[in-house]
Amino acid sequence: MADDKEKIQEETQKMLVKWKSKRGALIMALHEIQGAFGYVPWAAMEVTSRELDIPMARIYSVLTFYNYFKLKAPGKVVISICDGTACHIKGAPAVINAFRKELGVSEGQTTEDGLFYTQIVRCLGCCGLAPVVVVNGKTYGKVAGVDVPKIVAEWREKMQSEEQGV
Amino acid sequence: MAELTQDQIEKLKALGRTQKENLLKLGEEFKERVKDYKASIYTCNATSCHSGGAANVIEAFKESLATMGLDKDVRMVCTGCMGLCASGPLARVEIKGRKPMLYEHVTPDVARIIVSEHVAPALKQNADEELRLSDFLKKKELSLDLPFFTKQRKIVLRLLGHSDPEDLGEYIANGGYQGLMKALTMKPEEVLDIIKRSGLRGRGGAGFPTGTKWEMLSKAPLVDGEKFMVCNGDEGDPGAYMDSCILGGGSHAVLEGMMIGAYATGATSGWFYIRAEYPLAIQRMELAIKQAKRYGILGRNIFGTDFNFMADIRYGAGAFVCGEETALLASLEGKRGTPHPRPPYPTQKGLFDKPTAINNVETLANIAPIMVNGPEWFSEVGTATSKGTKVFAITGKVKHSGLVEVPMGTTVGEMVNDIGGGTSSGKPFKAVQTGGPSGGVIPASELHMPLCYEELKKIGSMMGSGGMIIMDQDDSMVEIAKFYLGFTVDESCGKCAPCRIGGYQMLQLMNKIAAGKGTKADVVKIKEIGNAMRKASLCGLGQTAPNPVLSTMKFFKDEYDALLIDGNEPDEVKEDKPVTGCTINIKNN
Repeated sequence: MADDKEKIQEETQKMLVKWKSKRGALIMALHEIQGAFGYVPWAAMEVTSRELDIPMARIYSVLTFYNYFKLKAPGKVVISICDGTACHIKGAPAVINAFRKELGVSEGQTTEDGLFYTQIVRCLGCCGLAPVVVVNGKTYGKVAGVDVPKIVAEWREKMQSEEQGV
Repeated sequence: MAELTQDQIEKLKALGRTQKENLLKLGEEFKERVKDYKASIYTCNATSCHSGGAANVIEAFKESLATMGLDKDVRMVCTGCMGLCASGPLARVEIKGRKPMLYEHVTPDVARIIVSEHVAPALKQNADEELRLSDFLKKKELSLDLPFFTKQRKIVLRLLGHSDPEDLGEYIANGGYQGLMKALTMKPEEVLDIIKRSGLRGRGGAGFPTGTKWEMLSKAPLVDGEKFMVCNGDEGDPGAYMDSCILGGGSHAVLEGMMIGAYATGATSGWFYIRAEYPLAIQRMELAIKQAKRYGILGRNIFGTDFNFMADIRYGAGAFVCGEETALLASLEGKRGTPHPRPPYPTQKGLFDKPTAINNVETLANIAPIMVNGPEWFSEVGTATSKGTKVFAITGKVKHSGLVEVPMGTTVGEMVNDIGGGTSSGKPFKAVQTGGPSGGVIPASELHMPLCYEELKKIGSMMGSGGMIIMDQDDSMVEIAKFYLGFTVDESCGKCAPCRIGGYQMLQLMNKIAAGKGTKADVVKIKEIGNAMRKASLCGLGQTAPNPVLSTMKFFKDEYDALLIDGNEPDEVKEDKPVTGCTINIKNN
């Protein structure tokens, strides 16, 4: 893990170069860090604090204020279930329940095998397809509870074949 | 920016003039490039259609056009939002001399059939010969004579669905940056006057007159040589996606609007604050800024004048409260997005403590057309106090769910029944929610009500950014009010007590009622808390958070009563108790 930490620090340092001279750059820098690692690791926060001269407490307060940022690594498959108004009245609660049942975890948690992570999001801007679920960037429209096992199976298979491929 | 010598400035101005010529040439080149095409296929590639698989459809079109040797004759255009999102992916075929035809639910297979059975035969025939389409294709056709299309009046969305948003040449050929060029020939006061006379009001919800806001900024002196324009693209209302589509399909128009504002007010640079959940909008705005820098639209001595301007993008990070302008500024500064009291208003002390005007995406997209066509052209559309058009995202249980732009004053009935085509379930329409978590419901009895700022406020809702959720008889109003309240409680920043505590307590009572354990006393309590929140919360989020609950209580009292333990007993006569406590005076002082 020590290697990991060093690698994170090194990469973060590189990312921060362009934000150093810019005003109000903290959130943009954190976006870039999360984009690279999938979450904002503690080691990256430390580098950010040093490079941008911002206290750790303030970085932590910003990270925990905004829903978008994650402090822990999510599972390999990130399932975003939209519960915006349009999706809500078209049956999103049933979809959320189906995922809970299928995966055995609630939103914001990762399954024990580290594979699936679910989260509720508020409106992805494709309300015509409500209810909407996005899995690692792939959109599923007009999802019903019965579709959930199929979606999970699809991604489980995909991950397994990827692993075997490596 | 560093001080330059007169000589250097003259050189930059000469460069600016050349750049202007090059830009206009780009438009001419575009016209030259497309003039020999005999037909065009426009495919919607906005977020909704893209999620529905538009990318594969576009590939299929290109591939079959190439296979049939038609790629020299037919132009493929990936456009911004075409509007009828529920029927996506959408594709429109325009053949010279023939009526355009729109296809719905296009798959790669349908795309191939469109090319082989519609486009290819049509190009071989004379334009006046009747085209014979198979029953299969006829079923896929979506009539452009639907009220959904004919009742719209497009100013902001005019180029969406009709052009390639990534092609600057096409924007120029369609009159792009003419508004800015015209503004730069006038005095800033004259530009301000035009915007004021147009009657344009902020499209983000509150409806503050844009010209007045800009005038306030123009009067504010520069601080350390700076003043800012900020574009609020933090569209957090769940169920609304107008700004996402406007930014994704017309980023140059928004940039142009901001620049006209900057010239009128003397602002030195601009910032686009865009939700991180809208990757396409961000990508298109980044591209627009890059193109604008390359062609000298952004930079020094723009088009050979004394006007300098730069713009940059910042992402939101998933906080609804950041749509509130003072919270947005805090977020732009890289801090927690918590609001602060006004005054001082941002136009006096805004971003980095410098004067700042914050405008909504749609507001800015209206500016260039007003500059080109004049304020009277704009103010002729709409009602006495709400001018122009408004973009709405109609969603929920409606047949034609999508993005529409209608004149202000269009009635709720026209929106729901004509444009929306009625409910998707076929069941009776019950209510429509406008203004999202800050708004309220409009019941079926108010279908005659015109959509404008004043009327919506009167009924206990608000214009909001333009989300419109249609609900049918199966939807429980208590449930929907609880949903919205849950949302605002989640999103409350926690800074002021009325919103943080009031919202939470109200939600507990709502849960109690929804569970069938509530009493009439709980309803009274909810109203009390709601009134206190309205008066005492620091920002718009808390002030408007009770709206969905209070408005459903007003129009759907029977639904609440049916859930109460003592709902059938007659009401006790009780006067509205005045709200007391330390929180009340926060705003009045």
